[in-house]
Amino acid sequence: MRAVSRVAISLTVNGQPHRRSVEPRLLLTDFLRHELGLTGTHVGCEHGVCGACTVLLDDEPVRACLMLAVQANECAITTVEGLAPSSDQLHPLQEAFWEAHGLQCGFCTPGILISMVALLRENPRPTDEEIRTGLAGNLCRCTGYQNIVKAVRLAADRLADAPGLPLSRARERMSAKPIFAPRSGAGGEG
Amino acid sequence: MTTRGIGAPIKRNEDPRLLRGLGSFVDDVEPPGCLHAAILRGPYGHARIRSIDASRAREMPGVHAVYTAADLGPLNQPAPLVVPHPSLTHGRTQRPLAVDKVVFIGEAVAMVVADSRYLAEDAIEQIDVDWEPLPAIVDFTQAAEPGRPLVHDDVPENVAARFTQVVGDPDSAFAQAAHIFRERLHVERSCGSPIEARGVVAVYDRRQGSLQVWDSTQAPLTIKNGLAAMLGLPELKVEVIAPDVGGGFGTKILMFFPEEVLVPWAAMQLGRPVKWTEDRREHFISASQERGQLHETEIAVDAEGRILGIRDSLIHDSGAYTPYGMVTPLITATQLPGPYKVPNYRSEITVVYTNTVSVTPYRGAGRPHACFVMERMIDRIARELDLEPNEVRRRNFVQPEDMPWDVGLPFQDGAPTRYDSGDYPAGLALAEQMIDLPAFRAQQAEARKAGRYLGIGFAAYVEGTGIGPYEGAHVRIDPSGNVFCATGVTSQGQGHETSFAQIVASELGCDPSDVTVVTGDTARFGWGAGTYASRALVTAGNAIQVASAKVREKVVSLAARLLEVNPDDVELVDGTARVAGAPDRALTLGALATAANPIRYAYDKSAAEAALRLVKPRAGAVLEPGEEPGLEARGYFAPERATWASGQHAAIVEVDPATGDLEILRYVAVHDCGTLVNPVIVEGQMHGGIAQGIGGAFYERLIYDETGQLVNASFMDFLLPTAMEIPALEVGHLETPSPLNPLGVKGAGEAGSIPVPALFAEAIEDALQPLGVRIAEMPLSPTRLWELIHELPGPS
Repeated sequence: MRAVSRVAISLTVNGQPHRRSVEPRLLLTDFLRHELGLTGTHVGCEHGVCGACTVLLDDEPVRACLMLAVQANECAITTVEGLAPSSDQLHPLQEAFWEAHGLQCGFCTPGILISMVALLRENPRPTDEEIRTGLAGNLCRCTGYQNIVKAVRLAADRLADAPGLPLSRARERMSAKPIFAPRSGAGGEG
Repeated sequence: MTTRGIGAPIKRNEDPRLLRGLGSFVDDVEPPGCLHAAILRGPYGHARIRSIDASRAREMPGVHAVYTAADLGPLNQPAPLVVPHPSLTHGRTQRPLAVDKVVFIGEAVAMVVADSRYLAEDAIEQIDVDWEPLPAIVDFTQAAEPGRPLVHDDVPENVAARFTQVVGDPDSAFAQAAHIFRERLHVERSCGSPIEARGVVAVYDRRQGSLQVWDSTQAPLTIKNGLAAMLGLPELKVEVIAPDVGGGFGTKILMFFPEEVLVPWAAMQLGRPVKWTEDRREHFISASQERGQLHETEIAVDAEGRILGIRDSLIHDSGAYTPYGMVTPLITATQLPGPYKVPNYRSEITVVYTNTVSVTPYRGAGRPHACFVMERMIDRIARELDLEPNEVRRRNFVQPEDMPWDVGLPFQDGAPTRYDSGDYPAGLALAEQMIDLPAFRAQQAEARKAGRYLGIGFAAYVEGTGIGPYEGAHVRIDPSGNVFCATGVTSQGQGHETSFAQIVASELGCDPSDVTVVTGDTARFGWGAGTYASRALVTAGNAIQVASAKVREKVVSLAARLLEVNPDDVELVDGTARVAGAPDRALTLGALATAANPIRYAYDKSAAEAALRLVKPRAGAVLEPGEEPGLEARGYFAPERATWASGQHAAIVEVDPATGDLEILRYVAVHDCGTLVNPVIVEGQMHGGIAQGIGGAFYERLIYDETGQLVNASFMDFLLPTAMEIPALEVGHLETPSPLNPLGVKGAGEAGSIPVPALFAEAIEDALQPLGVRIAEMPLSPTRLWELIHELPGPS
C-alpha cells in the first residue's frame, strides 16, 4: 500500500480564505462538499456533462468534478452559496428563478445558476436562443428548460435596468493563472 | 378563502433554500464518523461466480469490512415480490448480493466499507472474482424462443408470465369488419435518469437500539417497515428520511435496491454511520430502467373507420428480475384503448427475462408504449381510409356524456378501468385551435414546393392516476400561528411543500407561506405508501384536506366559545378567526393554538396574552373525557379507484432527409388533470414530462451488446436532451374536476411523457409523406431516421 502524501493548498471560496492539506487525488467537488461543507455544489455525473457541479474559478465557470482540489490552489472560487448577498436577500438571478418557477427538484439548479451568472456577465442581454445555447452545458431532467429560459431572461432584463447588481462575488482574484480552458457554453463536453 | 389558496399560481415555499444551495440531498448528509461504502458489480451480463477472494481487500488500511453473499447470512434473501399476480408463475427478485452467478451487468457482488469512498473504491479493485462468462440473452423479442440462454436456470423459455384478457367478442368483431389492419410496433429501452443518482446513509444508535436512514427514495415508509422486519427492529425504532430528492421519475422506488438493505445492515454491524452514493455509471447499470415492448397489433374497423375491435399481443422486457411483477405490462394493456371506444379487445401479454438491468415503472409506466400503439393504428386507419387522423380520433372518442366509461378490464389497482370524467373532443379541438391546423396545411404545401419537409402530428391519451391504497396527513397549528403539515408521500421536485400548503391554507384561511410541509420523513408521519403513479396530490392532497377540515372545525368551535358567538358566525381569514361582520373581533390562529393547550406557557407573547385574557378558568380536569389538547388532526384518504387525467398534444416538425435530423417547430399540449391547485406547478410538470418524452422519442436509447454490456452508460453516449433540443412548449389547460375526491384533482406527474413518441411518429410520417416513410419503432435518432428514409434495415 502506497503512502499517500498530502499537498498544502490555499484558496478563497466565496470570499473566505482556506488553507488545507489534501490528497492529490481529491476532487474539487469532494473538497468543496465534504472538506468545506459547501454541499450546494452538486455531483450528477462525475464526467463533466451534467454541469450540476459548475463553480466559478477565478470568475470562469468550470466543472468542479473534472478538477482536483490541488489545481484550485491560489484560486478564488464562487459556489452557489456565495451568490446571495445576505441571508435575507437573494441574488437577482436566484430571485428570478423563484419567480419564474425555474426549478423543480433543485438538484441541477446550483450549477445552472453559476453557468448563467457567467453567461450574463459575458452577454448581459442574451436572446432566448443565446440563453438556450448557454444552458446547453447543463442538464435538467425536471423542467424541460422552459422556465429556466424564462427566469434567465427575467433576470437579464432586471440587471440591464439596474446595472449595479452583482454578478460575481469573487472580485479579488488571488492569481490569474489559467487552470483549464473554460467551457465555451455550447454542447456537452467530452 | 385567500387568493393564495387552491388555484393560485404562487411561488414555491421550497425554492429559497434550494436556490441558496441549502437543499438537503442524501449525499449532503454526513454524520460524524461516517464510513463510506462502494459496491463491486459484475462486469458481465451473465456469468458464473466460481469464487471470490476478498482477503487482500480486507487487509488494506482504512478498510473496515468487505461483505460478500457468504457474509450476509439470512439477510441475503430475494427481495419481496411486492405486487404478486396469479399469472406471474415465475416471478424472480434480486438478492442484496449475487449468489453463484450474476444475471445483469451491474448486479451487486460485494460491498466494501472504508474510511473514504476513495479507499473503498481502491479496495474494490483488490477483490478477486473468478468469473465464468455465460452466453447471454439480450434481445427480448427472442428471449422466449427455444434454445436461448436462460437468465434464471429454473425459468423455462425465460417466461415470467403469460396473461390474456378479453373484452367483448373480438373474433366476431374481426369477422364483421370492413377493414383489418396489422402493425408490428417496437419500443426500446430507456431510463429515468434523475440528475441526482441514488444514495443511502445509515446511522445505528446502539444505546437507543434505533436506526436512522436517509434514502433517496420515493417510498420511505415502505423501506422503513421493510427494514424493521428484515433487521428485527421495532418499526418505531426505524426512521427513514427521504430529504430533498433530486428527481425520481419512478426510478427511485423499489423494495429494495440492494444498497437500501446493505448500508443500514453494515451500519449496525460496524456501529458506525455508513454512506453510499451511487455514481452515474452505477446508476446506468443498476438502477431500474423501462420501456422495451414489442406489439403485434391488429385492428378491425367499419367502413367509416369506427373501431370494432383490437387484438394485441405484446412481449414485455422485464430485464433480469420482476420486482414489480406485472404492473407495467398490465398498465400498457389496460390503457391501450386510451380515449377511444374499443368494444371488443383481446390483449395477450408475455413477460420475458433478459440479461439486462431490471425493468420497473418509469414516468409514463407502460403508457407511452400503449399510446404509441393505439395512435399508430389510428394513423393507419386514417391513411387507408384517406381521412385526417383527427377525424378518426373524433369518430372514436369516448364522449363526455359516456362518462363514467368502462374499458372492461381491471386496472393496476384491481379496481375497474373506469374513466371518471373528461372531455376529449374539447381537448383535441383546443389543441387544433392552438396549433392552427388549417394554417399549417397551407404552410406545409408551400414548404414542400421549396423542398422542405414539414409535418404535423397529434396524439391523445388518458392516464389512470391517483390510485390507492391510501395516504394520510397530520395538520397542527403552532402557538406561533404557523401551521405544520406532515404526510407520508415524498417530493422529488413536484412542489408539494407549496401545493399541499395551499390546500391547508385554503381550509384554515392563512397564507401558504405560513404552512410548513414535511414530506418523506417517517418520524413525522408514519402511514401511507409513497409518491408514484401520479398519485401524491390525489391521495395525500385529499388527506391533507380532510385533516385541515378537522382542524378548521376545532378552530371554529374554540373561537366561537371564546368570542361567545355562534360557530356559524366565525370566519377564518388572514390567519385569524373572526366574527363575520365584525372584523375587529378576531383571534389569531396562534392565540387559539395557545388557548387550546391547557399548559399555556407564553412562548409567543401576544398569543399568550390573548389566550389568557379569554380563557376562563374552569373547575375540575382541564380536559373533558375524550377531549384532546391543541389544534391538530390526522386525516386519511383512500380513493375507491383511479381518477383519469387526459390530454391531447400536437407538434409541427421539420425533417431533413439528408441528415435524418429533426427540428420541432412548435409543440402544443392540452392537459386536463381536474382542479388545478397551482397552475404554474402543473405546467412545470407538463414541461418536464414532455421533455422526457422528447428524449424518449428521439434521443435516449439504452444499447446493450449481445453479451449484456450496456455500451452507452454515460451522459456522453446516452443523450438527455439539453435546452437546445427542447423547443418552447405551449400548454393549454382544461379543468374537468374528478367526481371521485373532495378536491376534484387528478394526477399530473407522468402525463407529459405519454403521447410524445406517438406524436412524433405521426408528425414524421406526415412530413415525409412524399417519401412514404413508415414509423413502427421508438425511440428514433437522426441515424435511424436517415436509415428509414434510405430504406436500410434496422434493429429487429
